[in-house]
Amino acid sequence: MAIYLDHAATSPLRPEVLEAMMPYLTTHHGNASSIHASGRRARQGLDEARETIAGLIGAKPREIVFTSGGTEADNLALKGVAWAASARGRHIITSSVEHKAVMNTCAMLERRGFEVTYLPVDRYGRVDPSELAAAITERTILVSVMAANNEVGTLQPIAEIGAVCRAHNVPFHTDAVQAAAFGPPTPDAWQATLIALSAHKLGGPIGIGALYVRQGTALLPQMQGGAQERQRRAGTENVAAAVGFATAMRASYRETPNTALRDRLIGALTGLTGVQLTGHPTERLPNSASFVIEGIEGGDLVAALDLEGIEASTGSACTTGSVEPSHVLLAMGIDEQLAHGSLRLTLGPETTAADVERTISVVEGCVARLRASAPQVAASA
Amino acid sequence: MSRIVAAMSGGVDSSVAAALLAREATDDEVIGVWMRTHGDLPEGYELSRSCCSPDAADDARRVAQILDIPFFILNVEREFGDRVIDAFVDSYLEGATPNPCQACNQYIKFDELLRRGLAAYGADAVATGHYARLEHRDGRWRLMRAADADKDQTYFLWVLSQGQLARTRFPLGDLTKPEVRAMAAELTLPTAQKPESQEICFVPLGDYRALLEERRGYAGDPGPIVDARGERVGTHTGYAHYTVGQRHGLGVALGEAVYVREVLPATNTVVIGRRDEVAQRSFTVDGARFTAGEPPTERFEASVRIRHRAPDVPAEVTMVGRDRFVVETAEPVWAPAPGQAAVLYDADECLGGGRITRT
Repeated sequence: MAIYLDHAATSPLRPEVLEAMMPYLTTHHGNASSIHASGRRARQGLDEARETIAGLIGAKPREIVFTSGGTEADNLALKGVAWAASARGRHIITSSVEHKAVMNTCAMLERRGFEVTYLPVDRYGRVDPSELAAAITERTILVSVMAANNEVGTLQPIAEIGAVCRAHNVPFHTDAVQAAAFGPPTPDAWQATLIALSAHKLGGPIGIGALYVRQGTALLPQMQGGAQERQRRAGTENVAAAVGFATAMRASYRETPNTALRDRLIGALTGLTGVQLTGHPTERLPNSASFVIEGIEGGDLVAALDLEGIEASTGSACTTGSVEPSHVLLAMGIDEQLAHGSLRLTLGPETTAADVERTISVVEGCVARLRASAPQVAASA
Repeated sequence: MSRIVAAMSGGVDSSVAAALLAREATDDEVIGVWMRTHGDLPEGYELSRSCCSPDAADDARRVAQILDIPFFILNVEREFGDRVIDAFVDSYLEGATPNPCQACNQYIKFDELLRRGLAAYGADAVATGHYARLEHRDGRWRLMRAADADKDQTYFLWVLSQGQLARTRFPLGDLTKPEVRAMAAELTLPTAQKPESQEICFVPLGDYRALLEERRGYAGDPGPIVDARGERVGTHTGYAHYTVGQRHGLGVALGEAVYVREVLPATNTVVIGRRDEVAQRSFTVDGARFTAGEPPTERFEASVRIRHRAPDVPAEVTMVGRDRFVVETAEPVWAPAPGQAAVLYDADECLGGGRITRT
């Protein structure tokens, strides 16, 4: 059995989630919009899932819009608000360390005439709320800053950012896809207008997410079709997945994350020559250990670890072999060469102390082997 | 247990090479690797079909899935850009004819895959879908022509050292192309019917002129076309747009077929000649490498090939310094082009070769 340390990419489906979904995948067929009994039964599953999620985050059920995942939720938030508010202003503020779902949506909006400000971050990847305040103009229609970073695990001072937005009366969107795996996002405490969520980061199924939309927010739907999700997201509701999402969220908030194993991993690996922690030392996701390692390509190390039975990541689940170093690491001021050597290990509830000890020794061995193959050595072979 | 990296391009040859290894390897572990040589197109665009496009990565991945072997993508964009694309462009700017497939084999498939691939995957050897054979005889590795003479690719492999040959496998060396296709079909590999890739993978539609401008800012500067006596007979669009042996696109009508005989960057001149004026009996080669590590003797007989699929010609080879030699052929050879490889053979064994220089 491989040691799976890539929970930030996706997490294993919880057994109770599968169990809760099974009826809706087998006997409880039915379209939640149908009039008949099967339809009503599906509708009930969907309504209860929505209520559960709303209840867990302190929102009203009508403020939860189910989507196909975190990426769609981010797209709906940004484009939905941008198009709805474009007559009032065309300025959006985000950070320079966002997930590509936000980054590339902003880039698309820029091509369509919007102006986007990318706030810088400190060496830990954090936005300074006073810089946000300075960037807001009367034409600013949306601020989008993630709650926790997917690559380096850094938590943003999200309540302070929300307070700045509230003080300037600008809608605030936050991508909480990673953060929501470790405790409920809180729209009121964060003063958030929109929050993007995903099920599969917290033991739910892939293929469903949600956007929290504060009541009264003007949002133009990005999918045309039926009147589902209060006309904010057309398409037949994925009832089984919604039930799984709600079950996973409830289960995940009953757990207290174990940070001791993560801290052991960080302590041991940063003790190796040429290895440094990326992201904030304490203000970070409880399961996230991320590094840059001198003298290696992150992709090569991840392949090497895989062949030793350890499943890790360079920082984002990219299988296309792109050579571009992470925009997150560059924004944090990490040297481009060093940024190529990124490694992200994200633990899960099933991770054991023995897994962590084995990982430490295998990483050490693989890094040594990769460094030994540096070009000047091979040239003499 | 040993590990072998199978270089998978997404074509039928490397697919079958990987399949043969995966099937025969009982104790060995086979790992499929596709090398990414250039970047993505802008979002929303349909991707072109060539051996290095993401389409090819999809095909390679599907084959690896069917063979049930691990599959990774190795990014070699930087090395490919420097060693293959820029070298290709610079070759034109030197008035020479580029040899990108050989550069890709040398620097990417062997140097880079052997070095980085072996380190990353803890492997002992690399296998490719080249048509060539290896023999270990009298204490050293010998690079031999493929059984399928028509497909033989040793012309692109002459640079390999003993150290590299020792860690290389060519599973297709004893097979013919039809046999390889039949095997791919039998294994129901999705690449079985894929057409041969002929064009240069990073030059869409074969228009390399755009690449000269893009990579080196060379837009072309018109200059004289002169005949063998130095008389101006026409105007060219820029010397780097021409290569030795070229016949088409000269815009010169002299009543008989004429060919580019020389390209002179210093004076932006293209020299043309009749067919017999373009053939030569002697030329110089530099950057020489020998698969054995050194030449057989200071002066030796060999047959020489000066372009892929050209016939071999008997020749006498004389070393002049460590990595230069002069080739004197028994009969005139057609347009030895600076930049192209001259590869030496002793019967079926590839002895090595070098790069033809301006004489």
